[in-house]
Amino acid sequence: MRLIAEKRENSSRLFRFSAPFVSVLIALFVAGFLLIFAGVNPGEAYVEIFREALGSSYGLSETLVKTTPLIFAGLGVSLAFRMQIWNIGAEGQIYMGAMGASWVALFSGIQNHWIMLAAMFSAAFCCGGLWAGVAGFLRAKWRVNEVIITLLMNYIAILWVDYLVYGPWKDPKGFNFPLTAQFSDAARFSEYFDTRLHSGFFLALFCALLIYLFMERTIWGYEIKVIGSNPKAAQYAGMKTGMAIFLVLFLSGAIAGIAGFSEVAGLQHRLQHGISPGYGYTAIIIAWLAKRSALGVVIVSFLMGVLLVGGDSLQISWQLPVAFVYAFQGLILFFLLASDFFIQYRVRLKGGRANG
Amino acid sequence: MLQIEKIRKTFPGVVALDSVSFSIAPGEIHTLLGENGAGKSTLMNVLTGLYRPEKGQILLDGAPVTLNSPRDSLGLGIGMVHQHFMLVPAHSVFENILLALDNIPHFFSRKTLKKKIGNVIREFDLDLDLDAPVWRLSIGAQQWIELIKLLMRNCRLLILDEPTAVLTPQESKRLFIVLGKLKEQGKSIIFISHKMREVMEISDRVTVLKKGRSLTTLQRGDFDEKRLASLMIGEDQIPQWEKQTHVVDDDVVLQIENLSVHNDRGLSDLENFDLSLKRGEILGIAGVAGNGQKALAEVLTGLKTATAGKILAGEDDITDSTAKRSYIAGIAHIPEDRKSIGIAPDMTVDDNLIMKSFKSRAFRNWIFQDRKAIRSNAEAKIDQFAIKAGPAGNPVRYLSGGNIQKVIIARELSERPAVLVALYPTRGLDIGSAEYVHKVMADGAADGMSTLLISEDLDELLKISDRIAVMFRGRLIGCVDPLKTSREEIGLMMSGEGAP
Repeated sequence: MRLIAEKRENSSRLFRFSAPFVSVLIALFVAGFLLIFAGVNPGEAYVEIFREALGSSYGLSETLVKTTPLIFAGLGVSLAFRMQIWNIGAEGQIYMGAMGASWVALFSGIQNHWIMLAAMFSAAFCCGGLWAGVAGFLRAKWRVNEVIITLLMNYIAILWVDYLVYGPWKDPKGFNFPLTAQFSDAARFSEYFDTRLHSGFFLALFCALLIYLFMERTIWGYEIKVIGSNPKAAQYAGMKTGMAIFLVLFLSGAIAGIAGFSEVAGLQHRLQHGISPGYGYTAIIIAWLAKRSALGVVIVSFLMGVLLVGGDSLQISWQLPVAFVYAFQGLILFFLLASDFFIQYRVRLKGGRANG
Repeated sequence: MLQIEKIRKTFPGVVALDSVSFSIAPGEIHTLLGENGAGKSTLMNVLTGLYRPEKGQILLDGAPVTLNSPRDSLGLGIGMVHQHFMLVPAHSVFENILLALDNIPHFFSRKTLKKKIGNVIREFDLDLDLDAPVWRLSIGAQQWIELIKLLMRNCRLLILDEPTAVLTPQESKRLFIVLGKLKEQGKSIIFISHKMREVMEISDRVTVLKKGRSLTTLQRGDFDEKRLASLMIGEDQIPQWEKQTHVVDDDVVLQIENLSVHNDRGLSDLENFDLSLKRGEILGIAGVAGNGQKALAEVLTGLKTATAGKILAGEDDITDSTAKRSYIAGIAHIPEDRKSIGIAPDMTVDDNLIMKSFKSRAFRNWIFQDRKAIRSNAEAKIDQFAIKAGPAGNPVRYLSGGNIQKVIIARELSERPAVLVALYPTRGLDIGSAEYVHKVMADGAADGMSTLLISEDLDELLKISDRIAVMFRGRLIGCVDPLKTSREEIGLMMSGEGAP
């Protein structure tokens, strides 16, 4: 007897559609044991998560606030994934985007609201883009592994922003906290419904739509897909793969950079230490789970937003450590990846009477 | 000696082998014949222990055996020479043979082992330097190593998968002599080949496979080429065409002057190569694989850069152009390795068909792709080239090798190129598809397209070329007229000897 995995000829539509949901349920089930060990009733905890994240207009708005940077960063990462380029550096690109936007907000002295936002947007776009572009250039020119470069540059970006907010950019009236002065009103997004929900969320949805059109409808999206599917064939067809790699990584980082812009303009209204609590890393999970679709990124980002907000409430209500939220994320990822396998393969127990 | 009874092996959705039976006696050369997808490779993988059959049994000397892994098979004396050699290029011949041996004591004497191997080499009259690194040897010599590996392990049944595909006619002849000697020693040989001529020459018995079934086994004397071909193809249609005696212009469309190309190691793939291609000509390039044909094709299509020399397309010097620019200059390319560079496997047939022309106005509005135009282009091409593409939206990797080749050909010819560079365009295709490819090239020639047909199949070259150029070690040995030249003469030139 032994287990064998066979490639499925065709998996049913229903199965493919339902598998991710079943995986989340299994993850909830397994995480339940963790909760029990922590002395918490899982049923109550789950009710709490969803009530906190979705049950009230305040909760929902907080979820959308968390979803916003995740959509940007997820879109950026998934764009590069389409070309089989692994941008692990969205976290650093968020920081650099936030820095660029803050620089404009603090020092440009622009008074007009729209010009100010446009300038901040451009600065964030360029900073994030160039930050990732370094890896793109190295990869295109000398085939340096982009995973290492983007990952290591995260630390540089985070520490650089720390240097600024602990040092030269520190608010003199900030009681020595690591943060800059507050932005002027011209540099702030509008907020809606008396909550913290800001224009960044709508910008993120619009951005998802643009990326969708870019990937599925334009000739450049086609080119990216060909290069992702088979770079040799792309080269053979006359495409300039090196340039494409650089541009796609630039764009990928630029979109992640907008997440930084959206955070400082919409939420914090200043640059500060820890502006992103790991959105850039969650974005990798999101891009992976969303497979290749921009719409998928929006949906998965929302799901992650629910987890983040619900997880916060678990910390407050039951004093669970934040590690629990990460463990939970990990479990969901684990089971979703497993479901991917089961969609493509079926496992059979093969009895070998004659074969032993 | 070995008997295979009613073997059945299925993959999800496909019956690869359906109740296949045949037997092989000691001292017999038994040929397996069949088109691609007939189940030859699956059957061999069953015999070498890679696959386990669902039904049926394998009897060795009358006793049923189970083959769970290649190790089991080797242990029972069943060994295989694969089409792609399993050698470590940087190691010496001796080290490569050593790698394949079982039961070497922890402390062994190189001397006695070398002597043992030397005996085998002498016995079969092979010339092989045990200390030479493998990458320096010719393909033919590398094949000897594979054979010696099996002989050192005392294999009784040798399986050779298209062994002559990479050999010159002379090297093939030597291989057959060795096979004859092995036969005399009582070894059994399973021989797989597409080339009818060889099958006729050396087989004691032939088993024809078709669509996963063993159709029939014929004794020597009961079969001839026609009989075998009709069995293999069965009722399948072969497109009929006659080679038209078209007039080849004197216009030179492509002129190669003194071209040299160096590879990564600094060795030259092409050396002072001169060739001219005329309008409407099918110029065959003969040569054993690895003698610079690939470099020639790649430098013509802009994938490699020339170290010295010139390529002229009409008036234009295209020596230093990129792939795109040479396409504009009118050179299309059917690559050798279709799956690795010819297609984007995960994308649809539609998308693959426009890979070279996706920026053309026909397929876009401003920056947006015109899906309707792309779809109707695909429909037209699928119809015109009889591509079995499956349902619309099917990724191209689900297609069979022959149909993938048709997709590439359809794409390459769609821009009406002036020059087509085709590398082994029919390699691995079944007879029907191969005929189709020939027809396309002949039709193109009638329309004024010039073709550079690089092939190792002399029959193919003799059949459709207007002129045959022979390459050896990156040099042009000579050009011959296919109507006035024999296979043997070309074969001699392929091994670097003699020129007309």
